[in-house]
Amino acid sequence: MKVMCAMSGGVDSSVAALLLRQAGHDVVGVTMKLWGGDSDTGCCSVSDVDDARRVAQQLGIDHLVFNFGDDFDEHVVAPYIDAHTRGVTPNPCIECNRSVKFARLAERADLLGFDAVATGHHANIGRSADGRHTLERGSDAAKDQSYVVHMLDQAQLARTMFPVGGMQKADLRALAASIDLRTATKPDSQDVCFITSTGGRIAFLGDRIPFSSGTVVDTDGTRLGEVESVELVTVGQRKGIGLPGGGPKRYVLDVDTASATVTVGSHADLLRDELIVDRMSWVDGPVDGSVLVQCSAHGRALPATISTVEEADSIVVRWHEPQRRIAPGQSVVAYDPTNTRALGGGICR
Amino acid sequence: MRAEAVEAMMPYLSELYANPSGSHRFARRARQAVDEARDTVARVVGCHPNEVVFTGCGTESDNMAIAGAISRRGGVAVCPAVEHHAVLHVVEHLDGHSTGGLASGGRGLVVGVDAFGRVDLGELAATLDATPDVTIVSVMAVNNEVGTITDIAEVARVVRRHAPDALLHTDAVQSACWLDLRDITPHVDLLSLSAHKFGGPKGVGVLVERGGPKVDALLVGGGQERERRSGTHNTAGIVAAAVALDLTDRERVDENLRVVALRDQLVDGLRDRLDGITETVPREYKVAGSAHVCITGIESEALLFLLDEADVCASAASACASGAMEPSHVLAAMGVDRSMALGALRLTLGQTTTAADIERAVDVIGAAVDQLRRHHHPTPAVADVSAPTTLDPIASAS
Repeated sequence: MKVMCAMSGGVDSSVAALLLRQAGHDVVGVTMKLWGGDSDTGCCSVSDVDDARRVAQQLGIDHLVFNFGDDFDEHVVAPYIDAHTRGVTPNPCIECNRSVKFARLAERADLLGFDAVATGHHANIGRSADGRHTLERGSDAAKDQSYVVHMLDQAQLARTMFPVGGMQKADLRALAASIDLRTATKPDSQDVCFITSTGGRIAFLGDRIPFSSGTVVDTDGTRLGEVESVELVTVGQRKGIGLPGGGPKRYVLDVDTASATVTVGSHADLLRDELIVDRMSWVDGPVDGSVLVQCSAHGRALPATISTVEEADSIVVRWHEPQRRIAPGQSVVAYDPTNTRALGGGICR
Repeated sequence: MRAEAVEAMMPYLSELYANPSGSHRFARRARQAVDEARDTVARVVGCHPNEVVFTGCGTESDNMAIAGAISRRGGVAVCPAVEHHAVLHVVEHLDGHSTGGLASGGRGLVVGVDAFGRVDLGELAATLDATPDVTIVSVMAVNNEVGTITDIAEVARVVRRHAPDALLHTDAVQSACWLDLRDITPHVDLLSLSAHKFGGPKGVGVLVERGGPKVDALLVGGGQERERRSGTHNTAGIVAAAVALDLTDRERVDENLRVVALRDQLVDGLRDRLDGITETVPREYKVAGSAHVCITGIESEALLFLLDEADVCASAASACASGAMEPSHVLAAMGVDRSMALGALRLTLGQTTTAADIERAVDVIGAAVDQLRRHHHPTPAVADVSAPTTLDPIASAS
């Protein structure tokens, strides 16, 4: 097959390209240039592109750089900034997968005559008995990334490959080291690629939106204090909300940027029986019933019953045990009861 | 590289390897080769040999002209917005934009261009009138992306009238194959060349500095090049550059006629073969070796991949350090719509280009554009399924 392998310059996508090559595919490595601003952990710094190119050269495959900066700004960075002005906590890596890697890049690959796009994600694509594609957790439980690629549907899965999904990370690094790939010991990237470790989220947003100070109130409206920037407060947060220490533990229950109000309360106040998830996408069509639901990249999947809302791409998630409120904007992904297959996901209201 | 240039440099990589700054007999032979090369360059450029400074590349020459002028005299550097980044980034850096400039203590001003990419002489005059301390004006003779020729004599008249104390520099890197440099040099104080643009080796540049030192040196040390550019001479490269420049000059008139016919065949061929082809700059304003078109309904990044697969080498704009194509600052300055600029294709013809190459290029480009357009203009039913907007809940909700 003719496969376009997205190469970030990290070890996972390096080994993905290696495995594709070993399997006899006609492979072209592509690094996407997505972000032109400051970056230190991201996948489009010049040194990361250098790493990807050197690995491709070592594997004897062509390497290209595609500039999808405009798409990234429009579909990832601008919505990220906009979400914060609304007090919503987005997951930009998921939006990048949804709008850039598995949309723009996949479309480009199709246009150029490639049969599939491969990435270094730790997830697996399987086949059910009736020939449907399944999206399964990566074999290395600690590295599983099925959560961040949950938006793939049947048509996309048919043209996607995750060559390292079946590997343990330690084995993957050992394989990279065994042929002296220069990325073999490169640390995993951890953070949002356009946020620098020195400036962080505050510096990034501070350069782009005005912060408004807000009032911190308890559940009956009593004023407890002030926060400097209500845009940076997240539901569930416990520290940095301008309350004196020593008192009862207070959690952010709600953020209302319009009135610049942060409501706090006890852990019990934060617990919810249900949540609504909008903009659902499904791996193989809508599902109702008892499932496991995961609300962060490495969070535990917890038992819940989901039901689709008539004539909407939304679902109601009813927890079997009350759970902390999930911050609006977070991605919520449903897995089958055996916790192996992703069923679909969307955005917490 | 031209075979004659390769051949000319070989002895200086082996038996005549000596450093031309040495004092022994082998050094003297190397020194003689550099001196003869300097004479050749001076003859083709139309200046005195002592006005020729060999540098490491065209970028170094451009940097030395601008940064060296500001370093020496302070004041303001002015250039049009379509300059090569080797000029533009130095000027923008002075203006507080862009990073990596060498000069400090001055200011930079960027002026606009017309729809063909020629400096707006009215705006240039007004800028010079409004800015009493202009130290240097830099205007390229031929644009590297779109091939537009700027009449440097005309620019010089404006500069001399409106800023009599200012230096005039021209980046003539793209000119040597197509224009007689002797017509340009008398009008300027500083002129940059790069050997690999006329069949010489990469890693050799020239800065012509007329009438004695005008700018500070960028590199100081051993005092080579009459202290204008320190650093051990690249003897083999300099010799080869001179051979290539001399041949280019001798063949220039005939080559212009030959290549302009091929270029017209290429552009006409593309226009016959494909709809939606726009010549970015009319041919009468361009050098013979440049074909630049904007193709609707495709993205050049995708087109370049298909052309590369078919062994047709082309480019779109300029690549950044990562190798990614950047939107062209030249087309933006010319007022070309960004969606139009996304389909830019830059094809360069030269000494080795043949009629067979042109025929093949038209076929390959035609087929590649067809392939990309088939996908980009699917039937409405298919478009509904594949529309990327459905994959973008946050943007569509906001």
